[in-house]
Amino acid sequence: MPSSVAVSVPPATGAKATFFSRLKGGDQVAYLITLLFASIVLLIAVLIVFVLWQESTIARHKFGLGFFTSSAWDHNEDNYGALPFIYGTLLTSFLALLFAVPLGVGAAIFLAELAPPKISNALTFMVELLAAVPSVIYGLLAIFTLVPLLRDYVEPALKATLGFTPLFSGAAYGVGYLAAGAVLAIMTFPFIISVSREALLDVPREQREAALALGATRWEATWQAVVPFAKLGIMGSIFLGLARALGETMAVTMVIGNVPRISASLLSSGYTIASVIANEFAEASSDIFRESLIFLALVLFLLTIVINGAARLLIIATTRKGST
Amino acid sequence: MSVDKEKMATAPQRNISMASMETLHSAGAQQTGLATKIEARNLNFYYGTYKALSEISLAVAPNSVTALIGPSGCGKSTFLRTLNRISETIKNTRVEGEVLLDGVSIMDSDVTALRRRVGMVFQRPNPFPKSIFDNIAYGPRINGMKGKMDELVENALRRGALWEEVKDKLNKSAYALSGGQQQRLCIARAMAVEPEVILMDEPCSALDPIATAKIEELIFNIKSQTTVVIVTHNMQQAARIADKTGFFLMGKMIEFGPTDVIFKNPSKKETEDYITGRFG
Amino acid sequence: MSRLAWRNFVNNVMLSLTAVCTFLTVSTLFLILGYLVYNGGKSLDWNFFTQLPKGPGEVGGGMANAIVGTAKLVGLASVIGIPIGFIAGIYLSEFGGITFPFIIRYIADLLNGVPSIVVGIFAYAVVVLPLKHFSAWAGSVALAVMLIPVVVRNTEQFLQSVPQSLREGALSLGASKWRTIVTVVVPASISGILTGIILGVARIAGETAPLIFTSFGNQFWSSGFNEPTSSLPVMVYNYAISPYDDWHRQAWAAGLVLLALVLVSNILARGILARGVAANRG
Repeated sequence: MPSSVAVSVPPATGAKATFFSRLKGGDQVAYLITLLFASIVLLIAVLIVFVLWQESTIARHKFGLGFFTSSAWDHNEDNYGALPFIYGTLLTSFLALLFAVPLGVGAAIFLAELAPPKISNALTFMVELLAAVPSVIYGLLAIFTLVPLLRDYVEPALKATLGFTPLFSGAAYGVGYLAAGAVLAIMTFPFIISVSREALLDVPREQREAALALGATRWEATWQAVVPFAKLGIMGSIFLGLARALGETMAVTMVIGNVPRISASLLSSGYTIASVIANEFAEASSDIFRESLIFLALVLFLLTIVINGAARLLIIATTRKGST
Repeated sequence: MSVDKEKMATAPQRNISMASMETLHSAGAQQTGLATKIEARNLNFYYGTYKALSEISLAVAPNSVTALIGPSGCGKSTFLRTLNRISETIKNTRVEGEVLLDGVSIMDSDVTALRRRVGMVFQRPNPFPKSIFDNIAYGPRINGMKGKMDELVENALRRGALWEEVKDKLNKSAYALSGGQQQRLCIARAMAVEPEVILMDEPCSALDPIATAKIEELIFNIKSQTTVVIVTHNMQQAARIADKTGFFLMGKMIEFGPTDVIFKNPSKKETEDYITGRFG
Repeated sequence: MSRLAWRNFVNNVMLSLTAVCTFLTVSTLFLILGYLVYNGGKSLDWNFFTQLPKGPGEVGGGMANAIVGTAKLVGLASVIGIPIGFIAGIYLSEFGGITFPFIIRYIADLLNGVPSIVVGIFAYAVVVLPLKHFSAWAGSVALAVMLIPVVVRNTEQFLQSVPQSLREGALSLGASKWRTIVTVVVPASISGILTGIILGVARIAGETAPLIFTSFGNQFWSSGFNEPTSSLPVMVYNYAISPYDDWHRQAWAAGLVLLALVLVSNILARGILARGVAANRG
């Protein structure tokens, strides 16, 4: 026989639902509060765009689209052009990807396909720790280790062998595009490795097994069956890495030489958008100068938005598709 | 194929006598038509444009066990979920018709208060990631009860036939229990708020026969305190524990009546085909 | 060489190459750690934690004000950013419909990718310009803007991972929706949410670019939040690019402290996550 209930719960009511009872119930209030906070996120984004647009008005009106093709950087005349910075930003990012993509994708293949799970997880953990290292620390290390290394060993060697090409002409001070590209590459590894590894792990086992069953070597199965299947995800990781490299500030500023000059030589000093803002914004004396820097920031912002957007689309496409 | 009372009597793990079973069955039969605890009238249910339930009407008497049977996908779970409006958590659904609790439409009631009166036990046990004690105490606490809960928790666990097994480990995580124990915990948790109706959606489908038997016994025991509507895939289970049974097929209720009648003397051909195993 | 032998040869070479790639990239971490520990370790002394910086070219001094400054900036940024991110995450996971949450999600991801220097300009325009001076307010706003998207997406992700059956269990006991969220859904996912918050805070603690022209820097103690404030990352930057050896030495020390902070938080956060996952499995 069931025992009688000695302790009772407050009686339930068949209460009618009105707007006020719903309000007292709290769900409506909760909905409104959470909606409000979510809207703050939207508001911040809108504000950023607004601020960048508004605070660069004078510069935009003065220079117009010619801003993008001019190499001027004259404080006396208040004439500024974006070309050297766009060049530097694109060049350093390209160099970074040039080093990082083969190394990163190679490491991702090793970690996803070849390494035993425990080792793969441990090593991936360490790689992901690399992603957490602040930019300024990379810069600090680069100034005192990478730059002397380049200046005393690598660059002289490059000049001795390839110095006749425009790529390696000119004086070798250690700082410059090559140094910045190298540091950026190191900073980009973790993203490419991490995201590519995920994409490779997502490939169904049957793909690799089908290739092996046809007599492919492990490498052939990996390169010809698994990697193409994960192609979109890997490309997404590359775009993500690119977006990050474009906006990277501190490490690049510390080793690029900070000279607004366009040069074909990788050994030459240069400048990027992020670096010039970091270096000169705090002391910007004239309004037009400051607004020109903000105009540059707007350009950088749009560039990273576009590339990030493309990266997201690629990664979404990978998670959705079933076959190549 | 009809259900033998003898078979029921010799089923293992039963400590309920044949006499008491008959008494309970006939008591349920007497209550038919006298009072209705919860009923549906011309209920239609839509997932988007897809009509999942069609003109369902049935009345459940208080302190009875009503079973809903039918093949997979026939809508019995969907119907059950409209009775406590938990179907509203899925987007893009629509209800037409009425469901009345003690004669009052549940659509007019505050849904939170409704769910306190009409509880639910799910197909897979879903204890909270809290201790056994906190799982039971959760319902009373959120419904305003304060103070020490020890007595309430013990009562609930006794009713759930779980007290002896867990009385020494009330502070352990609910996930430390076996599947059958977790489901009994969920039933005890549902009972702790003293609902007037308990809806059970195939509560034994994830459990082994021994755990199933314990739960069927539990249902028998709580019948006097509440009203049970149970969806089940298992016809023998319905025959064992239900006073009345409804047979669902493709979103319609084909037949509803005393369990004996449904199983021994069904009036619709579809019902007979399903009972005798010609399909489903 | 037969075709098969050639293919096997290629196989071995390529597989070894991928191992080399892995070795190279992972060893970078150890090199970084090694260098910092070595150079930072020998420069770290009691003065570092207790003294104020000395003037350019002078030897000695420390970064006490920078340590406190970083704590202030990160603290205020967390107070602003964590609640906004957390509650917005709850909206995305539990309340929203289809369109607006999609927009918010997309925007949050975009914000995540905005270069930190651009966020600095935003904070400059919104806080420094009206106040007409650098301040910790401005620095904290910049850091908060970087923290919010991380917390939003992380909170949403872990709330979504809670099975629907748990929510239905609470609802069917007569819990209202917000009660269900507060008493069941959030507790069930709290370790993942906390992990994300810790990782986000560790990330903003190391940011330099957004601080350069918002909180700027300070040779002395800054009182309250309305003055230019020193911070560890900015000190590392300023000292590293300076021509003074002693400042270089201190930059190493500061770098080590900063890195230790970031790495310890990361490892701690993952530990919490692992323990939380285990607890939920029973």
